[in-house]
Amino acid sequence: MSLLAKHRILEKSPTLLLICSLLVVTVGGIVEIAPLFWLENTIEKVEGVRPYSPLELTGRDIYIREGCYVCHSQMIRPMRDEIERYGHYSLAAESMYDHPFQWGSKRTGPDLARVGGRYSDAWHVDHMKHPQSVVPQSIMPKYAFMMHTKIGPERINDLLATHRLVGVPYGDDHIENAEADFLSQANPDADSDGLMARYPGAAVSNFDGQVELTEMDAMIAYLQVLGTMVDFSTFTPDENR
Amino acid sequence: MKTPEKDPHTEVETTGHSWDGIEELNTPLPRWWLWTFYATIIWGLIYIAAYPALPFFGSTSNGFLGWSARSSLEADLQQHKDRHASLNNTLVDAELSNLQTGQELRQYALARGAAVFTANCSQCHGAGAGGTVGYPNLLDNDWLWGGSLESITYIINHGIRNTSDPDAQFSEMPAFGEFLEEDDITSLTQFVTQLAQAKTKELNIDENTLFVENCSGCHGQNATGNESLGAPDLTDAIWLYGADSDSVEKTITDGRFGVMPAWGQRLSEADLRAVSIYVHALGGGE
Repeated sequence: MSLLAKHRILEKSPTLLLICSLLVVTVGGIVEIAPLFWLENTIEKVEGVRPYSPLELTGRDIYIREGCYVCHSQMIRPMRDEIERYGHYSLAAESMYDHPFQWGSKRTGPDLARVGGRYSDAWHVDHMKHPQSVVPQSIMPKYAFMMHTKIGPERINDLLATHRLVGVPYGDDHIENAEADFLSQANPDADSDGLMARYPGAAVSNFDGQVELTEMDAMIAYLQVLGTMVDFSTFTPDENR
Repeated sequence: MKTPEKDPHTEVETTGHSWDGIEELNTPLPRWWLWTFYATIIWGLIYIAAYPALPFFGSTSNGFLGWSARSSLEADLQQHKDRHASLNNTLVDAELSNLQTGQELRQYALARGAAVFTANCSQCHGAGAGGTVGYPNLLDNDWLWGGSLESITYIINHGIRNTSDPDAQFSEMPAFGEFLEEDDITSLTQFVTQLAQAKTKELNIDENTLFVENCSGCHGQNATGNESLGAPDLTDAIWLYGADSDSVEKTITDGRFGVMPAWGQRLSEADLRAVSIYVHALGGGE
């Protein structure tokens, strides 16, 4: 009996076909998914990566809501031309607290993985309000409304708790102080010792230059932390990756 | 198994399937296609063996070519570094003052500096370095913090009013709206806008007590500015935030606080020097 004739048995029995298809798909699933359970191997250990502060996390939500990822990737690939333009190539650890990650596969605008600290807060305000005022050839749309959309810390505890649920290591301390941290990061006059202890290296500034706390504050707080967490002077790359 | 039937018209075997008397032909695939298909399968297997491909629980297969993204990048970076190593080393070791004359090195620095400028500086200062409101024009000879090669290198290295470099240039114009009356601000605005129209000689700056008490400390008795404080000259026609009365009034009321990042933390020493020479050569370097 030829192989084709044997296959005929499968084709003629729906139940058997279903069971065998499931078996085949399972093999593919195991090969693709199982290695992800050994993540400590996938994510190289580096110093300095911390969970996002409450204001940064809020900014990140706005980033996703506005679809920034449609034009901006956040992954510098290990190629010389990318490194010359954007800085050190991205490491898996740098997006390990991103849910979902923002790597992206399309760059209409530049990569933003290391945009933090590259421009002043005022530049980000000018640029987001009217991108062409600073970069005339830019095709980025205007996001001036973020200057007028006020935000508050009402739901910030829930946001942090949700991220804890999916594996971001926020402690009880982080969640209890979320409201205070949210407010103090955008207020240079406030006491930010607690914020700095919980989120080392967080930028404290009145990001948008206005009294009110707006979406612009959160967005700039997020952009200013991107790619700044790892101290690359202490990083030795594993050549076999 | 019965012998396959042949279609009487085409002489091709049929599959034995029949629908309403129509029979399906079992036309064989063209040989060239079939062999190409087999070849791609064999190529795929070789490829899997040659490059890192198969995931295991502790690692991945390495491939017999020993290729890895990072080592190939390292080789690429090293090759590029070696190509310019001698020029870069001379650039880093050279005295800044000598760089203004050394011909070959200067040409190299200008070309390299232009590339560094495009990637890092043009977003604020403009692709042509012409600046825009709030971001200084680098083509003119009006320098807030000094226009010598040393000053320009220092500014690019440490930046202005940023929080990441303790050596950054720093000064802060007060928000006079917090302690001057509205009338005083209006009158100061009027005076400063006239200064901007270069009427210095007719204005008698010493006699304007408001200006002398509030502004002269930084902007100078003649309102010509002070480079050690980054205080601009108010008597020329170059105005970073605009010379119309609305802009001037806003400047006096709220103050201005232009920030520039410290590029010494991002650029190599050679890049830093190259872009300094480039900016210095743009037109206005002192």
